[in-house]
Parts: sequence; structure tokens; C-alpha cells
Amino acid sequence: MTEIVDGQMKKIDLCEECAKDQGVTDPKGFALADLLLGLGAASEMESGSGELECPACGFAQADFKKSGRLGCSDCYATFAEPLEGMLKQMHKGTQHVGKVPKALRQEMDFTKQQQQLEKQLSKAIETEDYEQAALVRDQLRGLDVPPEEPVEPKAKGTKSAKGVKGGEV
Amino acid sequence: MELQKFLSSTTELAGHEGPQDHVVLSSRVRLARNVTGRPFPGRAKKASRVETCEFIQPAIAAASAMRGGFSESMQPLQALDKQLLVERHLISREHAAKGAGSGLVLSKDETLSVMINEEDHLRMQALLPGLQVKQVWQKMDRFDTSLEKKLDFAFDARLGYLTACPTNLGTGIRVSAMLHLPGLVLTDQVNQIVQAVTKLGHAVRGLYGEGTEASGHLFQVSNQMTLGESEADIIERIHKVVLQVIEHEENARQTLLRTKAKELYNHIGRAYGTLAHAHIVSSKETMDKLSLLRLGVKLELFKGLTTPLLDELFLLSQPAHMQELVGEKLSGEERDLHRADLLRKHLAKVKGLKLPE
Repeated sequence: MTEIVDGQMKKIDLCEECAKDQGVTDPKGFALADLLLGLGAASEMESGSGELECPACGFAQADFKKSGRLGCSDCYATFAEPLEGMLKQMHKGTQHVGKVPKALRQEMDFTKQQQQLEKQLSKAIETEDYEQAALVRDQLRGLDVPPEEPVEPKAKGTKSAKGVKGGEV
Repeated sequence: MELQKFLSSTTELAGHEGPQDHVVLSSRVRLARNVTGRPFPGRAKKASRVETCEFIQPAIAAASAMRGGFSESMQPLQALDKQLLVERHLISREHAAKGAGSGLVLSKDETLSVMINEEDHLRMQALLPGLQVKQVWQKMDRFDTSLEKKLDFAFDARLGYLTACPTNLGTGIRVSAMLHLPGLVLTDQVNQIVQAVTKLGHAVRGLYGEGTEASGHLFQVSNQMTLGESEADIIERIHKVVLQVIEHEENARQTLLRTKAKELYNHIGRAYGTLAHAHIVSSKETMDKLSLLRLGVKLELFKGLTTPLLDELFLLSQPAHMQELVGEKLSGEERDLHRADLLRKHLAKVKGLKLPE
């Protein structure tokens, strides 16, 4: 089987059974690109060539090449750049849109609200609608005081804490 | 507490009925979570894994959903115990290989289970019979939220829940349905369906997950992507896909009845003949033949047999359950003898059995 993917010719040998499984006999159901997606586009992260090392756990890019797993939650910040392309390919998007821990929800809502108001403000100034701008500015000022601390005082921000907490349960 | 005393009987377990269970055996949600400030299990040294496990385990065991449950380190569990758990889909095969520094918490009714220090600090699973992906997510979601009070989960505003493997990032969710598709297999359509489902971004696997083959005409459909989409959307898509597959399976069964009734009766009749009379039978053959009997019962071709009995025999035929039942360690050959005895005994007991004419 030969197929051109992104201008590169890929050749792959399939036994009869695999070919049947992959649907080669049914041209509609088959795309070699799918098969090669993982191989053809070895991401920056998987190449293991980077020199980065996680300051929290000492995990290096070469370790990822071996295991396909990261070392700790801080690794996501350390390797953010080389991971980006891989995540794009792997997932529907690179912005989380699902569940948020309750304690962080309030904080995130606050940031979102602030961003929205700032957008409204610049739009109002642009259109020279000063009455509206003043209104939005007051709203923004009102927001300046962050909301009450979440009910659970243990909750951390979006960055993971390094302090080890043992026996807290 | 001893695990084998804790586990529900196979009769009890197989007795659970669920919506659409002529095709969907069970619905499952798995969540991957990690706590902040500790290396992932694959990276952590043994002492650190033990410490993390001792930190997490009591928090899980104390949750109200786990009242009357089972909580234990993987270390004292015997190989047979671990295999029983794998056969009940309560732990992964990878977790069964773990010892000190990994743990397990099970709810009393076995519908909730948490593996501690598998690939992530927590791998939580909720399981319900039949097609109940939405309900099983609600159950999982509630449990997950209840743990937030005690555990600080590693979370990032952009990337969501942080997991050891980037493939689980974001929601950390894997929703799956176990599908019984003998009609599609017998009509040679199953590969087409598998391909279509895969094209839609879902994974299709065999009975025991990754890398296992589809024994007993069982296929597990699950989502692949976890980031950039909400849990509700992921579940909705799986739900829709499963409904589609159900429809195809129903059509395939009707086609068989209409156009190949003799062949179908032949398959089912022979399956019954073998299981009711064999003296040596492998686990694979048993699964495939019980699957055909299940099809027969669901098509009402068999009077007298019931699916709970077949599902129980299916579970009892697995290697570890066989050994627990007999009460001793058995070689493969010995298991095949005992399995045949068990099947003959149960199938001979069925009264008023009417095979298709």
C-alpha cells in the first residue's frame, strides 16, 4: 500500500488479515493516513530530543520517549511547548471545557467576568459611548475586590502546590 | 477483611437487569485524577508511592458512597483475588500486577471502585447494567465531587485535570459501553460497524480492554478524546453511537431470522449441544457458545433458559472464578474439565427447555 500524506510518500505492508481488518478491500472505509497518524507525525515531545527537565520531579524529555507518560503535574508547565502539537493532534481542542473542581469554579468565573467587562469597556470607548463606558468601569471597580474565599480553605489556585501534605485526612 | 468473603455472589451479580440489555451489558465511566504536589505513580519511588497511597486511601474509604465497602493495599491480595477482580472488571490487568504502594477501594455493591496508584494516583470507576451512560456519569460525578473536600486534585485552568498520560488530559474521562453483537458478527457486518465507530473518534476493544480480542461477541466502545470537549458532550456522543449500534444489531438479528433461520438455529442448537454435553471445554469456546445461547434467549427461541443464568455461567467460567468455585488451584486442563462439569450440571437442570424447531 502506498499513500501520499502531507507530500510525503508512505509505504506500508499489510498481511491479508490486517488488510481486511483495516478495510483495505473497502476503499470507502480506509485511509492510510489514519493508520499512520501516530507514526507520521511524531511530535516534538515524542522525539525526545529536547533538553528540558522538570524542576519538580527531574523528568526529562527522553523519559517521555520511553514511557509516553509524564512525571508529575508540573511537567505540563515544563513541557508546555513541546506538548502543544501533540495535544492538538490527540484531542478535540487544547482548552479544557469540562468539569472544574468546585473550589476553583468561583475563581474562574471571576476571571471570565472580568475579561468580559474589559472587552465591553474597550468597545464602548471605541464607539465613544462614554455613558456605557462609565457604567462598565464602575462594574469593573466593583469586581476589584475578589470574591470571598471559597468555602474550602484548602483549595489552591490553578497551579499545583509543591508542598507535600501528608496525613491530612 | 477477606476479599472473597466481601465480593457479591455471582448469582447476585448476574441478576442485575438494565435498559437495552439485549445488546448493552453494562455502562461504565472511568475518571483519572491526581493529587497535587506528588509525582505520578510511574515516576515515584516505592517509598513515595507507599506514602501517597496511605494518604489517599483513607480519604476514599471514608467517603459515604464507600460505606460498608472494601479497602486494601494490593500487597496482601493473593494472585487469585486479583484475577477475580480483573474478571469482574473492577481492576485493570495492569493494576493486578501491583503490590505495595498501590491500593483498592470497592463499594459494597461493587458499582464503584477506585484503583490507587495505577497509572494515575486515582483511577475511579462507576459501573451500571445496561445502557445507562448518563446515569453512570452522574454517579461518578457526585463521587468525584465528594472527594474534592479531602483531596486537592491537580488541575489547570487550560488543560483541566492533569494526568500521567496526555491522552487522558482534561476531563480524564473514559466512558464505555459493553456491547453484545452476535448478530453483526454472524452477518459479517461487525468490521464495518467497528470502522464506522472508530472513524467517529471512538475506540472499540475486546472484553478486557486494550489489546484483548473480542470473545463472546463482546465489544467495548469508548471515547478517545478527553480534552476540548465537556463530559456531557462526550457522553452524549457515546450514547448516540451506542443507540445506532443497537439498531444495527437488532436489524442484523432480524435479517438472520428472516433469511438464515436454519443457519441461526443450527448455531444456537449446536452451542447448546456442546455446552450441555461436553466433558472438556475451554474458556474461549464457552464464552462464544454462551453468547449464542444469550442471543437465542433474547430472540425468544429458547424457552426455559434465562439471561441471568447465562451471565452467571459466563462469569463462573472465567479462570479465577472457576478456581474459587472448586476451591483449589487448577491447571488449564483441569479448569476445562471442571468448566464442562459446571455447564452440564446447570444446563441439564433447566426444565421445560425448548430448542428452536
